[in-house]
Amino acid sequence: MKLQVEQPGALTTVQDRGRTGWRHLGVAAAGALDPDAARLANRLVGNPADAAVLEYTLIGPTLRLDAPTTIALCGAEVEASHTAGDGTRTPVGSGRPVRLPPGSLRIGPLRHGIRGWLAIAGGLRTPPMLGSRSTDLRGGFGGHAGRALVRGDVLLAASAGLPSPQLPWQPSWWVEFDPLPDAAIVVHFVPAMALDETARALASRPWRVDVRSNRQGLRLQGEALQVPAGDIVSTAVAPGTLQLPPDGQPIVLLADAQTTGGYRRIGHVITADLPLLAQAGPGTALQLVAVDADTAASLREARRAQWRRLEYLLDERLRSLPPAG
Amino acid sequence: MSGAQVPASAPALQALAEDAWLVGFGDSVDTATLTRVHALAARLDRERLPGVTDLVPAYSSLGVFFDLDVVGADAVARWLQAALDRDDDQPRTPAGRVVDIPVSYGGRFGPDLDDAARELGLDADTLAHRHASVVYTVAMIGFAPGFPYLSGLPATLALPRLATPRTRIPAGSVAIGGHQTGIYPRDSPGGWRILGRTPLVLFDPSLEAPALLAPGDRVRFRAIDADTFERLAGRRTGAGE
Repeated sequence: MKLQVEQPGALTTVQDRGRTGWRHLGVAAAGALDPDAARLANRLVGNPADAAVLEYTLIGPTLRLDAPTTIALCGAEVEASHTAGDGTRTPVGSGRPVRLPPGSLRIGPLRHGIRGWLAIAGGLRTPPMLGSRSTDLRGGFGGHAGRALVRGDVLLAASAGLPSPQLPWQPSWWVEFDPLPDAAIVVHFVPAMALDETARALASRPWRVDVRSNRQGLRLQGEALQVPAGDIVSTAVAPGTLQLPPDGQPIVLLADAQTTGGYRRIGHVITADLPLLAQAGPGTALQLVAVDADTAASLREARRAQWRRLEYLLDERLRSLPPAG
Repeated sequence: MSGAQVPASAPALQALAEDAWLVGFGDSVDTATLTRVHALAARLDRERLPGVTDLVPAYSSLGVFFDLDVVGADAVARWLQAALDRDDDQPRTPAGRVVDIPVSYGGRFGPDLDDAARELGLDADTLAHRHASVVYTVAMIGFAPGFPYLSGLPATLALPRLATPRTRIPAGSVAIGGHQTGIYPRDSPGGWRILGRTPLVLFDPSLEAPALLAPGDRVRFRAIDADTFERLAGRRTGAGE
């Protein structure tokens, strides 16, 4: 089936779990900024965990669907609706599988967060590049034509082969995503050994997300940190790396980050908190808290266990859905 | 280089992320250290522990990435430590391939050649000739997919970066930035000084081996004229790329 882009949204890209094995050639990871949310969306529509989804930012896309299918929206709160050929408009809920007849799916502005993920039954069929369907925006390849969607693009997805429902159908239950806190988001990081003073200063000051942030990195705005004099030699960097550029305003690298960097490293944000950063729009207040590697590992395991429980419960719900049609 | 040379500092393991270690070889940028990094990367690659996904060499460090679903950080650390303990990666002749890269220097392909030559007190031909008479080593690839940082630039050819980076540098541009030289794999912004351009494609993600160069490779530039550039570039597009 085809998805025609009527409105692209602010930044909509094809993403999956990202690329591994090419970092020595300068190829970034890319991939959904919240891999758990993308995996959940896939699970809701019966896809494998690594199927390609759409990641949308600030405002979602409007897509014309030429065949019936099942979709799921996960991530920040969003108002979405389906408009059938005869103009009948039906709200589309989040965090659950929604069976749609052909028509137009509109995903509106996002609230309490800035990113969401749309899974479609069968997954998006953009050609895999270097082992992944993710869009590498800086490298200009992967996903759809190596770039964000624009109006008029046509994406292919597997045909669900289902009889078309008259109207959109969705179960009355859904998976609720935790809203971002009104107070500052707490972000844990493991300090690099070499920079104790800087790490302490980082944790003692309030920070806000700078408007120049993107999938490559989150720039933090606040009272500048002191930058030790002298050059440093470039090393590999990773998603989560906290960099200290000469202006003293730290940067947290995200999935699209370059593979090597020449700024000082303050430490790294823990894996369990990276999905939070995917939702941190311009102006969001952050409180950085230093933890050790063991704490990072136990927070990661706790999050994993929580997701496993959720998926287990979800699978029971999904098995009890009425047959399509 | 003597095989008995003692490294300036013992390699140190640092957490780069929960799923990545950084093996550090100190802060110096020199051929011996670089060769050692590349030798370690090659050896770890041959004896790869399942779950280790990426080995990322830089001037004096090696990033080691792994998949936490397959292997734990401690197991990778023990594997690395064992490799370092029996470190026979003494400086030796680099083992990488030698890749010839045709470059058309100056003119519309090298808009900074004349200015750069003046700054260095040379004429343009001498600068191009000197730049092309060195065998460089791909120290690391970074900044963009396939962008090689080449070490071996003679100190007399070092040039400051542009105060204001250009918004678009054409793919294939061969440039000097500080003490390094490199090649832009695709049109991108950048502040290095452009001496010339190669018609070769440095990065093509549709290929099984997507990058022309890998860390540890050696590179020789070969001066070509603008006509040869066009012919080589034309053959490339003619071949259906």
